[in-house]
Amino acid sequence: MTEAVSSAANDTFPKLLRHNAQTRGKLPASREKEFGIWQSWTWAEVHEETRALALGLMTLGIEPGDRLAIIGTNRPRLYWSMVSAQMAGAVPVPVYQDSVAEELAYVLDHAGARFVLCEDQEQVDKVLSIAERLPELKHLLYLDPRGLRNYDHTTLHPFEDVQKTGRAAEGSHGAEIDRRIKATTGADTSVMLYTSGTTGKPKGVVLSHDNILLTARASAEFDGLVETDSTLAYLPMAWVGDFIFSMGQAYTTGFCVACPESAETMMHDVRELGPSYFFAPPRIFENLLTTVMIRMEDAGFLKRRAFHYFIAHARKMGEKARLGEATTGRDRFLTFLGEMLVYGPLKNMLGMSRVRIAYTAGEAIGPDLFNFFRSIGINLKQLYGQTEASVFITQHPNDAVVLETVGVPTPGVEIRIGDNGEVFYRSPGVFQEYYKNAEATADTKDPEGWVATGDAGFMDPESGQLRILDRAKDVGKLANGKLFAPKYIENKLKFFPNILEAVVFGHDRDSCMAFINIDLAAVGNWAERNNIAYASYQELAQHPRVYEMISENIAETNRSLAEDTMLSHCQITRFLVLHKELDADDGELTRTRKVRRRTIAEKFADLVDALYGGKDEIYTETEVTYEDGRKGSITATLAIRDVPTAAPAASAQPRQAA
Amino acid sequence: MSHAPTAAAAETDEEYAAAEEAHGIAVRQIGEVVMDIRNITLRFGGVTAIRDISFDIREGEIRAIIGPNGAGKSSMLNVINGFYHPQDGEIWYRGKKRGPMKPHQIARLGIARTFQNIALFKGMTTLDNIMTGRLTKMRRNMIWQALWTGPAEREEIEHRAAVEKIIDFLEIQSIRKTPVGRLPYGLQKRVELGRALAAEPTLLLLDEPMAGMNVEEKEDMCRFILDVNDEFGTTIALIEHDMGVVMDIADRVVVLDYGQKIGDGTPDEVRKNQAVIDAYLGVSHD
Repeated sequence: MTEAVSSAANDTFPKLLRHNAQTRGKLPASREKEFGIWQSWTWAEVHEETRALALGLMTLGIEPGDRLAIIGTNRPRLYWSMVSAQMAGAVPVPVYQDSVAEELAYVLDHAGARFVLCEDQEQVDKVLSIAERLPELKHLLYLDPRGLRNYDHTTLHPFEDVQKTGRAAEGSHGAEIDRRIKATTGADTSVMLYTSGTTGKPKGVVLSHDNILLTARASAEFDGLVETDSTLAYLPMAWVGDFIFSMGQAYTTGFCVACPESAETMMHDVRELGPSYFFAPPRIFENLLTTVMIRMEDAGFLKRRAFHYFIAHARKMGEKARLGEATTGRDRFLTFLGEMLVYGPLKNMLGMSRVRIAYTAGEAIGPDLFNFFRSIGINLKQLYGQTEASVFITQHPNDAVVLETVGVPTPGVEIRIGDNGEVFYRSPGVFQEYYKNAEATADTKDPEGWVATGDAGFMDPESGQLRILDRAKDVGKLANGKLFAPKYIENKLKFFPNILEAVVFGHDRDSCMAFINIDLAAVGNWAERNNIAYASYQELAQHPRVYEMISENIAETNRSLAEDTMLSHCQITRFLVLHKELDADDGELTRTRKVRRRTIAEKFADLVDALYGGKDEIYTETEVTYEDGRKGSITATLAIRDVPTAAPAASAQPRQAA
Repeated sequence: MSHAPTAAAAETDEEYAAAEEAHGIAVRQIGEVVMDIRNITLRFGGVTAIRDISFDIREGEIRAIIGPNGAGKSSMLNVINGFYHPQDGEIWYRGKKRGPMKPHQIARLGIARTFQNIALFKGMTTLDNIMTGRLTKMRRNMIWQALWTGPAEREEIEHRAAVEKIIDFLEIQSIRKTPVGRLPYGLQKRVELGRALAAEPTLLLLDEPMAGMNVEEKEDMCRFILDVNDEFGTTIALIEHDMGVVMDIADRVVVLDYGQKIGDGTPDEVRKNQAVIDAYLGVSHD
C-alpha cells in the first residue's frame, strides 16, 4: 500500500496535511454550517488556510516550543490552528471551553501559553480577566469579532487579520516555516491535553506525533476507515477522543470532519449530514432512545403498533444471532419488512442511515440501550481507552461485539493483568509524560512503558476480549476469597428505571447484600398509574408493592449474574430500600454523583448490621442536611427482604483472573 | 501585555470609561438629535393620556421611557410609531416635521418596533417570521414572487442571507425551522426582536422587551439590545418596567407619570430625582 510507504515520511500533522493536499486535494476535509448553509473546505484549501495562519503566527513571533492554547467549541478554524501551531514548531493546547476563569488560569499558567486563540468575546473576556496572572501571555487571537470591535487591539488580533499578514509574509517567512516543518519528527510533542481534573489539579498529558498518528492509523485500519467516510465533531476539543477522531484518524485516512452549527442544533446537523462514523457517550444514546420512545407514544395507533411489533422482532433476531441459532424464512421476510417500515425510517430520523461504525465509551452502557441500537441495524461498538493511551486500548471487532466486554486490544497494544486484577497496557500510544510533573509520570508509567489503568478486569477466555469489572480500588474479596466487584453489580441494578442508586456490600462477608434508592420520578409515576397512595418519599419507599417490584428487579439481576462465569457468586441475597435519597450534601455521593462507599458503610452501620444480622426490619434515625445548610433528622422503620438467588449456569466454572 | 478594559475588570462605570480612554478606545459616539418630540398631547375622548410632553432622542443612544402602570408609556411609543395621531404637538424626525403618516410609511423611514404582547405569526417558523420583517425591502411585486424566477429568486436569496445573519446574531439557529407558537416566551421575544431587526431600522422601538422573563432571559435580552446598539449603531427607544434593567443599559431616561413628564436625564440623575422616587415609591400622607 502506498499509504504505508509514505507514512514513514509523513510522521507529523503538518507533513500529513501537505501529503493530503497533494494526493486528495479535491476531497472535502472540513465542513461547517454557517448562516444555515453547509460550507466545505477541501484538503488543498485547508492546507492553504492553515499555512497562512502559521505564517501569521510567525510574524507575531511564535517560536518552536511555544504553546498555543485554543479555547472554543468545535470549529474548523480552531482545528486548523492546531496544525498551524505545529507547522511553526509550537504545541497546541486545546482547553475545555466551559472552564471557569479560575481553572483556565491554572491550565494556561501551567502550560505556559504564550499565545491564546479564543472563539469569541466570552472566551476573550475570560482570558483578559486573568491576564495579570499569566506573565507568559503575549498575544490573544479571536475568531468571532462580535462585541470585540472596541477592544484594545495592541495584543489582540482577529484570526482573519493574522491569516492576511501570514499570506503576505510567504516571501519572508516561507523558507523558515518549511525548515521548521522538516525539522519536527514523530518523536516531537504533537499536543498537550489536560485531564478534566475531577480528582485534584488537572494534569497536562504530553502526546507525541507518533503517539497520536500510530494509534490513529492502527485503530482506523482495524475498522477499515477510508477517505470517503465522514464524522461529526461535537465533543469538547480538549478531550483526547475528539483529538484522535477529528484530527488523528481524519488526517491519517483523509476523511471529512464536520462541525455542527451550535451545540443545540447537533441532532439536526447529524440528520442533514448522515455521518458514516459516529462516537457518542452512552448518555447521548440514551437521550436519543428516550426521544424516540416519547414520540412513538404520541404517534398514531398504526404507527405505534408497527413500531413495537418490529422492534420486538429485531430484539428477538438479535438474541438468536447471539445464541447462534438459525433464522427461518419468515424471520428474514419480517426483517426485510421491518427495515422498509420501521428500522430504515427510524435510522434516517436519527441521522444514522449511513453509519458504518458507531462507538460508545466512557461509562457502562445499559443492555437495553445497547441492544436497541444494534437490533435496528446500527453497528454500535464499545471501546476502552484513556488520555494516557491516546485513547485506544481495546475496541470491538465488527464481527464479535459482546455487551459485557470492551473488545480486543487495538493492534500494537499489549495488555497485562496485574496480581490484584488491575489492567496494565503498553502501546505506541502511551503518553510521553505529565507536563512538569515527573512524580505523577513515574507513578503511572513504569520504566518499561507499562501504564496502570486503575481499572480491574480480565481477558475473557471464551471471546479473548477484555472485560472491565470495576475501579481497581473498589474491587474486594468475599469471605471465601472470591472476587467482589460492587460497582459492576450496582450498574446492573441501576439499569432498571426504578432504581436510582444502589450500594452493594460484600467485602469480607459471606454474601452480597444491597441498599436500594428508588427513583422517585419513575416509581412515583408507576404508583400513580396503579392507584397507590403515598404521602412521602419514605412511605413510597417502604410500600410492600415497591419492595415486590425491587425484589423482582434484583432477582433478574441475580439471574444474569448467575450466567456470568466470573461473578455468579456475587448474587444479592438480601436488600433494603433506603428511607432517604443518597445526597451529595450529606456526603454520601460525590459532586459527580458517584457513591461514597466507605462513608455510607459508616453512616448506616446499623442498617448494614441488620442486613447481615438476619433481622426482618430495623428502626433507624438519620441526620440530614437541608439545602440551606440546616440539619435535621429523619426516623423510619425499614423492612429487609430476602431475594432468591439463581443457580450458576451449567458451564460456569469458577475462574481466577488470568 | 497591556490589556483593554473589560466589564469584569472594571468595578464602576467611571472606572471603565477611564480605562477605555486610557487605552484610546473609540468610546461610543452619541450624535445629533434624530427625533424631537415637542409638546405632545394625546386624548382619547375625555381622557388625556399624554399631556404636553417634550423630549428628544439622539443618534446612537439607548433612550428609555419609564413610569408606573398607566403613565402613558405605550401611548407615547404609539405616537412615535405613527399609530396614534396626537391632538397637539409636533414630531420632528431628522430635521423635518412629520405629518400624519400610515404605519407602513413610518416603517419605510427606518423605524421598527416590537410589541408588549408578542405579535408574531404563531403557525409560521422562526425563519418565516423574521423574513416578514424584510417585506418593506422587497422590490418585486406579487406576480414576480409567485413565479419565483430570475430577479425574484435572486432577491429572496439576498433577503434570506440577511435573515440568516440575524439568526446567527441572536443565536437562534436551533429554532430556525420551529413554528414560533411552540417556543417558550423568552425565545418568542427574541424572534420578535429578530423580525424588527430584519427591517434594518435606524430607530428601534421596544415595548417592554423584558416583560415576563426570568433573570437569565433578561440578561440575554440586555446583551442583545446592547449588541444591536453597538454592532449596527441602531438608535433604541425602549419602554421598560424593570428599573434595574433600565438603569443598567440606558444612556438617558425619561420618566412619565399620569401622562406627564416628571423626569429626564441620565440614569443617575433620574435616580436622585425626588418626583421620580415619589412616583415609584408613593408619598406618605400623614
